[in-house]
Amino acid sequence: MTSILIKNGFVIDPVQGIRGDKMDIAINDGKIVKNLSNPDKTIDASGMVVMAGGVDIHSHVAGAKVNVGRTFRPEDKLQSTYAPYHGIRHMAGGTSVPTVFKTAYMYADMGYTTVIEAAMPPLYARHTHEEMRDTPIIDEAALPMFGNNWFVLDYLKRGEMDNAAAYIAWLLRSTKGYGIKCVNPGGTEAWAWGLNCLSIDDPVPYFDITPRQIVSGLMEVNEYLHLPHSLHLHSNNLGNPGNYTTTLDTLKLSEGIKPNNNFGREQVLHHTHIQFHSYGGTTWADFESKGKEVMDYINSHPAVTCDIGFVTLDETTTMTGDGPFEYHLNKLNHLKWANTDVELECGSGIVPYVYSKDVYVCGVQWSIGLEMALLAKDHMRCYLTTDHPNAGPFWRYPRIMKWLMSEKARNDVLATMKNEDKVRDRSTLGSIDRELTLYEIAQMTRAGPAKALGLGSSVGGLVPGMQADIAVYPYNPETESDPEKIEWAFSHAKYLIKSGEVILNDGEVVSNGNKKTYWVDVKTTPNRQVERDIDQTFVKYYTVNKNNYEVNEHEFMKNPCVVQIDAIQ
Amino acid sequence: MESGKEKEDYMKSCGIIELDQADIDKLGILKNTNVCVSSKFNRVVVKAILATQGPHPGLGWIPMGPWANMLVDNNTYSTGTPTFKGTPVTVEPAEDEKVLSSIDLVLKACMEE
Amino acid sequence: MSKRLTDIICPFCGTLCDDIEVEVSDDGKQILEVYNSCAIGSEKFLHAQSPDRITRPRMKQEDGSWKETTYEEAAKYTAKILCDAKKPLMYGWSSTSCEAQSTGHMIAEQVGGVLDNTATVCHGSTLIAMQDVGIPSCTLGEVKNRADRIIFWGCNPAHAHPRHMSRYSIYSRGYFTGKGSKSRKIIVVDPRPTDSASLADEYIQVEQGRDYELLSALRAALRGAQLPDKVSGVTKEKIYEIVDILKGGRFVVIFFGMGVTHSLGKNHNIDMAIALTADLNNYTKASIIAMRGHYNVTGSGQVLGWQFGFPFCVDLSRGFARYNPGETSSNDLLMRGEVDGCLVVGSDPGSHFPIASVKKIHDIPTVCIDPHTTPTTAVSTCHVPVAIVGIEVGGSCYRMDNVPIESRKVVDPPAGMLTDAEFLGLVLKEVNHIKGVAE
Repeated sequence: MTSILIKNGFVIDPVQGIRGDKMDIAINDGKIVKNLSNPDKTIDASGMVVMAGGVDIHSHVAGAKVNVGRTFRPEDKLQSTYAPYHGIRHMAGGTSVPTVFKTAYMYADMGYTTVIEAAMPPLYARHTHEEMRDTPIIDEAALPMFGNNWFVLDYLKRGEMDNAAAYIAWLLRSTKGYGIKCVNPGGTEAWAWGLNCLSIDDPVPYFDITPRQIVSGLMEVNEYLHLPHSLHLHSNNLGNPGNYTTTLDTLKLSEGIKPNNNFGREQVLHHTHIQFHSYGGTTWADFESKGKEVMDYINSHPAVTCDIGFVTLDETTTMTGDGPFEYHLNKLNHLKWANTDVELECGSGIVPYVYSKDVYVCGVQWSIGLEMALLAKDHMRCYLTTDHPNAGPFWRYPRIMKWLMSEKARNDVLATMKNEDKVRDRSTLGSIDRELTLYEIAQMTRAGPAKALGLGSSVGGLVPGMQADIAVYPYNPETESDPEKIEWAFSHAKYLIKSGEVILNDGEVVSNGNKKTYWVDVKTTPNRQVERDIDQTFVKYYTVNKNNYEVNEHEFMKNPCVVQIDAIQ
Repeated sequence: MESGKEKEDYMKSCGIIELDQADIDKLGILKNTNVCVSSKFNRVVVKAILATQGPHPGLGWIPMGPWANMLVDNNTYSTGTPTFKGTPVTVEPAEDEKVLSSIDLVLKACMEE
Repeated sequence: MSKRLTDIICPFCGTLCDDIEVEVSDDGKQILEVYNSCAIGSEKFLHAQSPDRITRPRMKQEDGSWKETTYEEAAKYTAKILCDAKKPLMYGWSSTSCEAQSTGHMIAEQVGGVLDNTATVCHGSTLIAMQDVGIPSCTLGEVKNRADRIIFWGCNPAHAHPRHMSRYSIYSRGYFTGKGSKSRKIIVVDPRPTDSASLADEYIQVEQGRDYELLSALRAALRGAQLPDKVSGVTKEKIYEIVDILKGGRFVVIFFGMGVTHSLGKNHNIDMAIALTADLNNYTKASIIAMRGHYNVTGSGQVLGWQFGFPFCVDLSRGFARYNPGETSSNDLLMRGEVDGCLVVGSDPGSHFPIASVKKIHDIPTVCIDPHTTPTTAVSTCHVPVAIVGIEVGGSCYRMDNVPIESRKVVDPPAGMLTDAEFLGLVLKEVNHIKGVAE
């Protein structure tokens, strides 16, 4: 492998506390090294920013529902230019739900190298892996969903933690999953009967368990299994006015639980797309931000992390494992509605959505995301996402960086809103003059999410020994004052190196890279009861045989990278 | 279908038209004899048999396959899918004509100008 | 001593049964018996062993006779016709694995081919309807465990998906449906009183081609609107009765097939069926599932979807992907004479396209990759027999409810035969060579 020296860039690395010092970064054999004599390649990064490759902790980029989003929206291909086949670049199209090729190229253009697919229905795991395998360049991992799984509901209801842990370890192994995702705990199972759980104490029909028990139980199991990532939660009542009380109730469940892992992770709960969960008011008429209340809680509780789910004010395609939410969203906008309920496990829904600047609710949603990120005290615990493509497409991250880094850019948007006064009135955004620094942006997009995922020792930073994922942006923090340049530069990385291989050279894709896929293999104490339960349940209730359920690592994964954990008690 | 489309079984199961007895009587044909079915697009010789899943008055049924596809409307009306069902046809006796095998039928039709 | 292989996937229909057991000879070469499968499925496994099977590629001669050739020569020929053509049609993909599809797509990207699968003559209208109005759906296990109202509309599972009824729908016993068929009410809507209709609690004989009207009437009745005395040959009393049955259920599922997708109205018929399903969700829970035909037509739509963004009739001839059924769809392209070279993989347009389209295929250089002799191979200039996916080679497949299942290898193919993925790999190599692309 080639050795590379990146010279003279403004290096920003929160892992080492480096804040824009002019430094060289050396790469050899796929890793960052201290120094290097006679590099094979030298990159002159003078006047440019050098950061670790970006890490996206929550994005819907591969799998069954993403592909429904693609195929049922041919119009989405018309919203942007369909890039032609060129050299080693595959043809690449799609706007809010790009094809796997375009997904990889656009992440690469933004300098991202690690992306977590945030919701994998276990029965569809093979599909998710096939898409990830076909996605070039970026390293990926997928989080299977557990919050409505019949085994989990049953074990947790009876307080059988050992059994729940053994089952979850088995499912992670079978689906080649990375961690525990929980979407609308209990609510999606209720949706199988057309119902929902809107508070953490709404009982799940038939199973007679509450979301409170599910969330607490899953956090406990997560630590019992010493997983690299914490519970990754999309709580109940998403997207509804007044839901912030449900969110606070849910966050409080983390109190008293201690992280237990060897991966440097310090949180026990990651709450995703928190923007969608920080709403006040009782109806859409008196809808308002409660971002401050929720962020105050997170600021004072170090065992909680969050990503924002910024609304980008675009036409997009919403897709979530929260089936009932999509049904209700469709009742609001009357565009097309797709839904898939998955036997014994989970469900999902998909609805196109237009976040319009002319609609005040959309404006307030936009404000809440920014308000929360600007009120956050520790950006190692608050991450930049759009819940792609739910609040907006991921390739808008550079625009969000601009908004976060420039009060003027925010005011420019507010000024174009039809209901500017009303929007200003319903959140505190207008009164915040904070402008984030590149250092804080690097925390939100690299160091922070990498740490929360338990990947902090290999990615998200520039420490010698770490995987050489490095982005070089054509942005000079000393001389640049135009906020538009932020958006442009962070959409057009000049160089991208992934695992020591040059992917972007002078802005051109020169390699499809050698992506890898993480998964977690936890050894637990042999548990005959759970083995029997699994066998019986497959025979009686599944429509796929147990022996045809496990994802074949060699066929369906590119460069599988297994994280081995011993959780034998 | 899965035992070989070049085989006689395929012709026997798909080179047919199923009709109600009343329709057979009306058309002046005999069941289990060959008939000529014609639409505005083409004609084909198949064997008339009594409806196995009937009655369906006024409706003739030819299973999916090359015999049916001699007759159907190839217009997709901008959907990509030809109009395989609901083609108006005339059924006439053709006791002396042969039902061609799938391959002979297709090849012969392709050779015709 | 023979041995019994379990958990085998049946590569016949979209039901994609994965509980087949196959008895093979000790040397693993001969299939002796097939268990659990339907008659058609068994036939498919046993036919693989037919002694008259073609095992080498062959080229058609001037006089119409066939001459054997090698896979390498066949690959060169295939690459040449695809590269020479201005708009090669690469059709089929439904009876092969996702891996083979993917290789085919990489070829199409380079030669500027049109990729279309058998949905184009099957559930293409369904895919268009999904794009019109969406699709509230579920996996077949939800049907098994929960459904107490099941409609089969314009489909005949008794013949086309024989084990669907016992595995998933009518007879299966699930968590909330412990009494099997007694837990459910079955409604069949079809112009013919099919063998499936004879299993139903209610049979509705709709006039041929009048599905749209009847579906609209059901939607109107659901909203309590007045109906004329008869719609599509069905009395209004019956329509109100059906609506009451559906509303009274806890979980309604509509399965539909060619009866709706092939009749005039096409995607609009399905729009209406989907809208009815969505409406029913205001009263109870309802889902709708297309009875997909070929065992992996669903997979083809999926792979096309994630690689190019469209589920069928994907035209890459301009260097990027375009999709416009009616323009970029196989039959329309053939009828307009736009296609000047053709590759058929794992399907039989010779039998399943209108004859006017078949004639066009006959008139241009066509390579057919298919284990069997079919009317398509008869009109092709080159026939490349390959190992049978799901029997002689494994690979990824997608069930009608989009659930992915990895099919398994049961026996070796006849000596010296390639799989379609391997053959397409050779073609890709040749195409790379012609186009001067580095591997």
